[in-house]
Amino acid sequence: MSTTILVLIILALGVVGWVLGNWRARTSVNGKTSALHSRPGYYGAYVLLWTTLPALLLLILWSAISPTVVSSMVSSRLPETVLAGPEQTRALTMSTIGMIEKGLSRLSSEELDKTADPATDVKALLLSKGVPLAVNPEPFAVDAARFQLAVKNSSQLLLTASALGLSLFCMAFGFFQVGPKLRSRNAVESVALAGLLGCSMVAILTTLGIVLSMLFESIHFFSMVPITDFLFGTVWDPRFSAAGATNEAGGQFGLLPLLWGTLYISLVALLVAVPVGLFSAVYMSEYASSKIRLTTKPLLEILAGIPTIVYGFFALITFGPLLRDAGALAGLSISATSVLTAGLIMGVMLIPFVSSLSDDIINAVPQSLREGSYGLGATQSETIKRVILPAALPGIVGAILLAASRAIGETMIVVLAAGIAPNLTLNPFEPVTTITVKIVSQLTGDLEFNSPQTLVAFALGLTLFVFTLALNIYALYIVRKYREQYE
Amino acid sequence: MTVETAPMATGTLIASRSKQDIQARIAKRYAAERRFRAYGVSAILFGILFLVALFSTILVRGYSAFTQSAFTLDVNLDAGAFGSSSPPTESDLLMADYTKLANRALFQVLGVDPANRADAKAAAALLSANADTQIRKAVLADPSLIGKSVQLTLLAHGNVDSLMKGQFDRNIPEGRRQLSDKQLAWLDKAAEAGFLAKHFNTGLFTYGASSKPETAGVGVALVGSLYMMLIVLLFAVPLGVAAAVYLEEFAPKNFLTDTIEVNINNLAAVPSIVFGLLGLAIFINFMGIPRSASLVGGLVLALMTLPTIIIATRAAISAVPPSIREAALGVGASKMQSITHHVLPLAVPGILTGTIIGLAKALGETAPLLMIGMVAFVVEYPKTPIDAATALPVQIYMWATAAERGFVERTAGATLILLAFLVCMNVTAVILRRRYERRW
Repeated sequence: MSTTILVLIILALGVVGWVLGNWRARTSVNGKTSALHSRPGYYGAYVLLWTTLPALLLLILWSAISPTVVSSMVSSRLPETVLAGPEQTRALTMSTIGMIEKGLSRLSSEELDKTADPATDVKALLLSKGVPLAVNPEPFAVDAARFQLAVKNSSQLLLTASALGLSLFCMAFGFFQVGPKLRSRNAVESVALAGLLGCSMVAILTTLGIVLSMLFESIHFFSMVPITDFLFGTVWDPRFSAAGATNEAGGQFGLLPLLWGTLYISLVALLVAVPVGLFSAVYMSEYASSKIRLTTKPLLEILAGIPTIVYGFFALITFGPLLRDAGALAGLSISATSVLTAGLIMGVMLIPFVSSLSDDIINAVPQSLREGSYGLGATQSETIKRVILPAALPGIVGAILLAASRAIGETMIVVLAAGIAPNLTLNPFEPVTTITVKIVSQLTGDLEFNSPQTLVAFALGLTLFVFTLALNIYALYIVRKYREQYE
Repeated sequence: MTVETAPMATGTLIASRSKQDIQARIAKRYAAERRFRAYGVSAILFGILFLVALFSTILVRGYSAFTQSAFTLDVNLDAGAFGSSSPPTESDLLMADYTKLANRALFQVLGVDPANRADAKAAAALLSANADTQIRKAVLADPSLIGKSVQLTLLAHGNVDSLMKGQFDRNIPEGRRQLSDKQLAWLDKAAEAGFLAKHFNTGLFTYGASSKPETAGVGVALVGSLYMMLIVLLFAVPLGVAAAVYLEEFAPKNFLTDTIEVNINNLAAVPSIVFGLLGLAIFINFMGIPRSASLVGGLVLALMTLPTIIIATRAAISAVPPSIREAALGVGASKMQSITHHVLPLAVPGILTGTIIGLAKALGETAPLLMIGMVAFVVEYPKTPIDAATALPVQIYMWATAAERGFVERTAGATLILLAFLVCMNVTAVILRRRYERRW
């Protein structure tokens, strides 16, 4: 019986449990439900939880553990020659056995018996069932596959029996507890609360998943390429063909050109976004009438809602060529994909990030500071420059740091507009490449998961994550501290 | 000392100035004030102008993608083309040479002699390579058409389409042009006679990936995006609402709660591409879900959308006044009951708004999907969420990097479709907020 059907049966049993619990609660007080501790539905839910939760937990544990157990049982039966061999051949043998087993599971029982005879052409037989094998399998592999199939079948049978048994047993247990004195609402609600807590733990799990997965793959990568070569190398050249390579990794993975490109483009972007964003925030919070504010603020925020692929496309087909032609008129050679193209477009994307956060922060500056300044005879702009901005400065710095972290992690604009050539250059008219671009280019196409060319993407991702995390935590800390100051 | 000398110093300063000096100084200060204001206005104008430029460029480039040139031809489906057996067998219907039928119909209206090999080849190149599929589809749908002459609208080649849309420069010397003088003459004649015309491009919405611009569409990508949005809804909304309820109503002030909050705030700012790496390492490598499956994409996007939904839900829940909770508690409800029966229903508009905004963000997200292999050439509609699929923004990315000129227009057209979806979603969110938001 497949696991899906088993889950459905357990859920159906849960519904039965709900009806039974409800019924027992009602009859136990002869229909006078006000005599019950909780409303009847809670008794139903109580039995439902008893019926489903233990059985489903068993199911999850079993599915998590059984593959490991099965594969260790099977591999212990493999001949000495395979067990003594290198790890790769063993993994290959196991995956072949897995394929054969998949084919065997589609055979009828008579056909299955026939495969025990070494004379049978197993390859042809499996091909007729839609499982192609590269070579005719060795007899020991067929044997192992037959064994694996048998173990899997009996494991599934055992699981079905025990899960259903547990479910029925717990249903009975819950059912006989139901009575007017049972505090079922409290019990059900504490389970629900645990569920809510579990849901909010997903955030922690996600962060943990990000850190662990990247750390794990990065360590794998650093076992092939020394970490110093990665962090301080100035050449990025991950050759895809390992043939003829001098060192084992077959390529150079220097982070510096990518880091330089990333920071350079982010700098250009911030040079656009900070003045424009800050001036619009100041104008909207200090000068604009509420009517103008109500229309312009959402308009600027549209800029943050446009998908970055659209910005990238705009840079690729319109802005890049425009810049190139303008440069040609002025006698400059600007390539269509360049630091300038990507940086300017990214800067526009960042305007709303800077402006709406700064707007909030400027609004949080107490009115008394403004009035004090006006009372001394300062004009509005003098008040803004000498009083409000200094007072809001920490918060604004926080907003700028958040924008910087966006810029560093931005992908689609740079993929389409920055170029792919790793370039340690100061010239803003030349293409450079960034960390995110290289992550994309190393991971698109056919992957082989053990090569440094693929794993380097995770090391790059880890670098990116650490960078942005540090910026975010620092920025959030500043913003939060600043908010508390005036509250 | 300083306190006493300061007014005196200022006093002597003022006395030493003439009235004119002061006037000039004030004028200067006012000029600075006006300049400062002008900077503010120009900053806002810069943003708005860019927005206008972006939208108008994409509109100008993309509107032509919604029409497509096609020949309206009388195709003679004579029985001889379908093999010898009298009611043709199914394989006869599938295998018949439909290209020949299409070409014959075209030659007839253009007045091309099929015996002239060079002319015939040049004329046949005007039809899309997909024309045979179109006829086959018509015949398979209604085999009784065989033996009759039917009027069919067959797609023209991408070059013809560019010509019809005025994107084709006739002044380029013939040798370097993609259409010869003879072909141009035929096409002009055809357009004049009315059997070559632009029609509304339904193919853009129904076709999948293709190497030919005229038969490339976003249909398959739309289905992939739809699956992903459903998965996001299914996973992110219950998880997000539950987490928000816990954090806003139940969480004690302790280390665990602080950790959860810091994590949520950080996840909201983690680069999207990192989520793609997470999906690749955990969902594909560790859990073994196939690459390119919309299930993986949906899960990754759900994790990305989670912080948005949690933050919006918390805001909506905290906006419900405490008096409502207290009234519920006063009549004997438990805390959980007061939340499920009263607080959450009142917070639904806010939660919905946050969800729609989160979905809109997820719909336009491209980078994480590139990591998990959704940059695939998918022709077939995915039937289940674990079939290979692609998404609308990824389709835009793939077309944006394609070489043929016909794809520029398609890319802009697909961008318009994406933007239209986003506008609809955001407008819905705004309307929901305006209509149902209650001020307490």
